[in-house]
Amino acid sequence: MIAESMYQELILEHYKHPQGRGLRDPFDAEVHHVNPTCGDEITLRVKVDEGKVLDVSYEGQGCSISQAAASVLHELATGATVEESLGVVDEFTRLMQGRGQVEADEDVLGDAVAFAGVAKYPARVKCALLSWMAYKDAVVRSA
Amino acid sequence: MFDVDLIRKDFPVLSRELPGGRSLVYLDSGNSSQKPNQVIDTMRDHLAHHYSNVGRAHHTLGAESTAAYEDARDAVAAFVSAPSRDEVIFTKNASEALNLVAYAFGNPIATDERFRVGPGDEIVVSEMEHHSNIVPWQLLAQRTGATLRWFKVTDEGRLDLDDLNDLVNERTKIVSIVHQSNVLGTVNSVSPILARVREVGALMMLDASQSVPHMPVDVTELGVDFVAFTGHKMVGPSGIGVLWGRRELLEAMPPFLGGGEMIEAVWMDRSTYAPIPHKFEAGTPPIVEAIGLGAAANYLTGIGMADVRAHEKELTGYALDALGEVPGLKVIGPRTNISRGGTISFTLKNLSGDDIHPHDVGQILDDAFGIAVRVGHHCARPLHLRFGIPATTRASLYLYNTTDEIDALARGLHHVQKVFG
Ligand SMILES: Cc1ncc(COP(=O)(O)O)c(C=O)c1O
Repeated sequence: MIAESMYQELILEHYKHPQGRGLRDPFDAEVHHVNPTCGDEITLRVKVDEGKVLDVSYEGQGCSISQAAASVLHELATGATVEESLGVVDEFTRLMQGRGQVEADEDVLGDAVAFAGVAKYPARVKCALLSWMAYKDAVVRSA
Repeated sequence: MFDVDLIRKDFPVLSRELPGGRSLVYLDSGNSSQKPNQVIDTMRDHLAHHYSNVGRAHHTLGAESTAAYEDARDAVAAFVSAPSRDEVIFTKNASEALNLVAYAFGNPIATDERFRVGPGDEIVVSEMEHHSNIVPWQLLAQRTGATLRWFKVTDEGRLDLDDLNDLVNERTKIVSIVHQSNVLGTVNSVSPILARVREVGALMMLDASQSVPHMPVDVTELGVDFVAFTGHKMVGPSGIGVLWGRRELLEAMPPFLGGGEMIEAVWMDRSTYAPIPHKFEAGTPPIVEAIGLGAAANYLTGIGMADVRAHEKELTGYALDALGEVPGLKVIGPRTNISRGGTISFTLKNLSGDDIHPHDVGQILDDAFGIAVRVGHHCARPLHLRFGIPATTRASLYLYNTTDEIDALARGLHHVQKVFG
């Protein structure tokens, strides 16, 4: 059995109890991203003030990986500076695209290191990245 | 005598071990089937001892390759009871076969009235099509200003023929329908649609990608004008597909791709074309793949397609019962084992009644039990939209599957419900 390496307890926890879910006002930018291979979708809003992320709110449908990734993103980005949060996005992207060969920087990623196992499954990397790419897009548009 | 244990020995991959010591339970043949030694050995032998280009190499190897390639055409023609071997066109896959026909329509080079398409003309498909039998026709409609229309699907997953006489009418040029749905498993009955198609003087194409591998198909008996199928789903290699068409129509159609081997004579300003089938086979074809497909057709004929169908019917009945006992599982498609094949798509809830996403279902089945299913919309997004669901999990059965494997699937699904409980 190798399932455990992907479905870390933390991922299942976030999936069952998503943090910050639901679309909220006010917001500076809203984006809608779709994973065309599986139909997973996310609508994501950001509220930014003076370089600080005040809120990341989202609504979507998808598998446990994509839903948990959005929940973890909400926790990590909300309250951080835009710059810090984009640093986390970059590190998370590097980890996800590393085909399981990349050592995660836990100091940067925090809870998001739990997704390290996903990187070994090319078909699932897009699930994990869906909300994070949407976030990056939303931040750019909010500027 | 059909003996599934003996058949399994022909497919080396079925006895391999997956990482972590899992054995393989392959329930994804609707996506792509596994290959028997008979196909693998034929391809290897050709590459090792006979390979050269076909049609144009005037030496021993060229002659051997050409003979093997053309023998494969004979094998495929016999497999679907084509009246003539020349009516069997090798393509890259079913998608290319469908596109080939779609591009014959509304092409200014086509002089035959039946292939003229413009504003006011209509093209008919259905809601249960694979994207490969939707997008080429959308493109045709966009190129020509014709209107694309479609049959609806009933809640049970059958074609809704209530609007048949309205949908197929004097403006219809072509009706292109799937023979067996790659999601619902539904086997569509061709004759009522074909009768109406003939009444209004239109043409009819069947996407037989999921039927030719699983049941005896006789193109003459079907009576349609074009049939598309694909090698990799019928124990053959990928990279090779087939368009069968009536000779008279293929001769009336303009070429699809231009290039070597499809010509008769070329001047700087014009060309004349080779007779069918070569008119539609521009460039060096997938030689070894075609030869592999011929071996696949012969392999299946050796087993007997009626027996393949009977075996799958038995498995399908068993699977419908077994899955019917999994709480929270809903089959999308016919729940009765009538006019349906061994493709079973479903949604799954946990014991609290929350949906479990198919990605998660498929991942746990694979990781924990080595069970390969397909998850997603299976290239049939409109059909999933019709049922109001983003995705399904699909188990698809073939000649080498067993009831033990279906039991493993049912056990696996119970485990999935625990993980996501
Ligand atoms: C019903 C149906 N039509 C068409 C296709 C396309 O086949 P291919 O990808 O080999 O062109 C498939 C397979 O994916 C199918 O199931």
